[in-house]
Amino acid sequence: MADISANFLGIKSPNPFWLASAPPTDKKINVLRAFEAGWGGVVWKTLGTQIKNVSSRYSALDYNNTRVMGFNNIELISDRPLELNLREIRECVRLFPDRAMVVSLMADNDRDSWHEMIAKVEDTGAHGIELNFGCPHGMNERGMGSAVGQDPEIARMVVEWVMEKATIPVITKLTPNVHSVVPTGKAVVQAGTNALSLINTIQSVTGIDLDTLVPNPNVGGHSAFGGYCGPAVKPIALKMLTTISQDPVTSRVPVSGIGGISTWKDAAEFMLLGATTVQVCTAAMKHGFRIIEDLCEGLNNWMDEKGFATIYDFIGKSVNTITKWEELDINYHIIAHINQDKCIHCGLCYIACEDGSHQAINLSYGEPYNTYTVKDEECVGCNLCKLVCPVEDCISMDEHRKGAEYLNWQEYQKRGLPLNDH
Amino acid sequence: MAIVNNRLTAEEYAAQFRDIHPPFENREAALVEANRCLFCYDAPCIKSCPTGINVPKFIKQIATDNVKGSAHTIFISNIMGGGCSKVCPVEKLCEGSCVYNLLHEPPIPIAKLQRYATEKAISGQWKLFERKASRGKKVAIIGAGPAGLSCAHVLSREGIDVTIFEKESKGGGLMTYGIAAYKVTPEFCEEEVNYITSLGGIEIRYQQELGKDISLSSLQQQYDAVFLGIGVGLARQLNIPGEELEGVVDAISFIYDIRSKGYPAVAVGDKVAVIGLGMTAIDAATQAKRLGAREVTIVYRRTQDEMPCTEAELDIAKLDGCRLRWLSAPQAIEGNNGKVSRLLCRVMQLGEPDASGRRSPVETAETFTLEVDMVIKAAGQTPFETLVNKEQLQHRQGKISINEHCATSLPGVFAGGDCVNGGKEVVDAVQAGKDGAAAIIEYLAGSGQ
Repeated sequence: MADISANFLGIKSPNPFWLASAPPTDKKINVLRAFEAGWGGVVWKTLGTQIKNVSSRYSALDYNNTRVMGFNNIELISDRPLELNLREIRECVRLFPDRAMVVSLMADNDRDSWHEMIAKVEDTGAHGIELNFGCPHGMNERGMGSAVGQDPEIARMVVEWVMEKATIPVITKLTPNVHSVVPTGKAVVQAGTNALSLINTIQSVTGIDLDTLVPNPNVGGHSAFGGYCGPAVKPIALKMLTTISQDPVTSRVPVSGIGGISTWKDAAEFMLLGATTVQVCTAAMKHGFRIIEDLCEGLNNWMDEKGFATIYDFIGKSVNTITKWEELDINYHIIAHINQDKCIHCGLCYIACEDGSHQAINLSYGEPYNTYTVKDEECVGCNLCKLVCPVEDCISMDEHRKGAEYLNWQEYQKRGLPLNDH
Repeated sequence: MAIVNNRLTAEEYAAQFRDIHPPFENREAALVEANRCLFCYDAPCIKSCPTGINVPKFIKQIATDNVKGSAHTIFISNIMGGGCSKVCPVEKLCEGSCVYNLLHEPPIPIAKLQRYATEKAISGQWKLFERKASRGKKVAIIGAGPAGLSCAHVLSREGIDVTIFEKESKGGGLMTYGIAAYKVTPEFCEEEVNYITSLGGIEIRYQQELGKDISLSSLQQQYDAVFLGIGVGLARQLNIPGEELEGVVDAISFIYDIRSKGYPAVAVGDKVAVIGLGMTAIDAATQAKRLGAREVTIVYRRTQDEMPCTEAELDIAKLDGCRLRWLSAPQAIEGNNGKVSRLLCRVMQLGEPDASGRRSPVETAETFTLEVDMVIKAAGQTPFETLVNKEQLQHRQGKISINEHCATSLPGVFAGGDCVNGGKEVVDAVQAGKDGAAAIIEYLAGSGQ
């Protein structure tokens, strides 16, 4: 049995799964149930000057039969009284001392407000602070949330204020609503943040009700840009995480990964790209805290199969496999092969290749089943046919190198090697 | 033992004849299945549909909430797509070729999805087609069955005025009169006919029988073209002793009575033998059971490997408690006081393949007797040979001969459906009607009329 416990800057948790700052972590009753279910830690929903929320707050993107592929919210930070939150945090820490308790903060934009808030949070016995520099709706209109995270200099200034006061680890949560997360990440690391977390939600319009013509969520006939998350954002989050893990400055601090993590596989992927812990929200909002069981069991079984004794044996292991395009090997060549014994003759590979790719699949008409074969000489090895094939392992991409040696584009050009003639 | 009607209460009849394939309960249920469809390219289900309905397209349209578009996709290929969704033997057509079968997964419930879209269209009376401006051409169609209605719809869409002559008092043909009531209700059949004719330009004149009330030659004179969709109708005789006894009925009239007179009016025996194992035999056997017969035995000359009905149909009969006597050929029907009392059968064995390619039944020395009070003959139907002879149509054993343009031997007279092929599925007749319409349109254009 592998050891899946995490130690994040001294913040210990029995597993790397934390609940992200969001409705599931906004009150004691929820957090206690989450801890009872087995969650390793929580990031308490953002505290700040108390706000008022609107009604109709969430909307989702469904895809075919799958509900909530993407999730969107226009809810602000905690709308509960600050003192009540602080009292409940203290109680939760006392009842579950072995779980990570991180408190998300978004103080007003002045040094004193931040210092005052940090003192109050540290007084609860919480283990860490997460700075919410990412909320892309509502709070940003007031100069907070993503308005801070989008400007590296403002972010640097706030982190400097925070580090003057904080005695427990500080995690800065980055907004993805930027061309690159690295400039702000660098600024806050240089300002002394102990760690980073990413991504916060992405500004979005999830869709429009085609009867009312008003986008969702509908607040009395109007909507507002919301924060998008859930499985749909995972690839974007993984890319942003990679840039943080590869940058010499930002890679100096540990990262808590966030963005559409629903399964242990998602978690493993974030960790392979550098995250020490992961934060989950949408999946728990959709299915409840019970998903923690499979998150832990799945990760554990995979680690056993791969021979990883602790999570530190694989954190960051895939970071260096992502290189620049220019460094990819042009001599590496793969060709699709359709296993005729497994083929169910749906024709999806054919039409995808014919209309969408390189016209490399041959169709031989049959009644009622057609036969599809790959034209080896036309196949560019793009994967499209394999991606659309509904049958597991029916299409394989077999290696047929163009040359034995490694050859990248720079070298290819230098040698004046030929380009395609058709 | 006696043959009596009115065996059940109204509630029992309703329960016995309720829809055997219920529709989707709601949109979500339909979408679960619609979204399973892989949207195959050059899909096997399309190729396996005699009318070539673009199945993946109409299913995709259900999945995108474009039900109107979905119904149009179905009806453009098969105007009886509503009825076909209830009566087609889909397990040997579209659903039978669904690629999911090759994955050993249940196929997409194409018929059920087709019903979902078409029922909404029919009950909502969606206007999905518009007639082109009238061309001033008139076509007479004989028979308001699937072939005739399908032909009429295509012609009318093209601006040709159609008059249908129907010998019965309702349209729909075998859909209305020849199929088990638990598959399709009389109300639905009527709605379907009304939906088809709601296009406009189609007049149906009922109780007009060819050779009796109307003659082909006069129609040829009055109309620019004639389409014959008169079907088949006569039950094949067994040619065994005792066929004249009281209690011997043919399956066609038995089913016709159920459909036209209502359940309580139709008498059924205590112990019933059904001879044959085609779709009609199944419909007769199961309905005899559902009308209150205590025992129903299906007698068939060959084995399950050679049976004409589908596996799914056989299952209905088995689930209804019908017994099967394989390799049994009726030899004689015996009676008391003119009423059926026994069916004598000979045990058969399989010999060499016959003309149909199936192994033929060969007599053995062994016989057995079934104590029965009713015998339903379902050994196939024969075409209206006397009628087509009288009208001087070229034919083969009563089946009207047509060329590749659906034209008969008489000028301006076209034909299609059961009267040409000897009896196939509803969906085949619909396609024959479309082919006939296309040929007539070409004929009318070419003849310069």
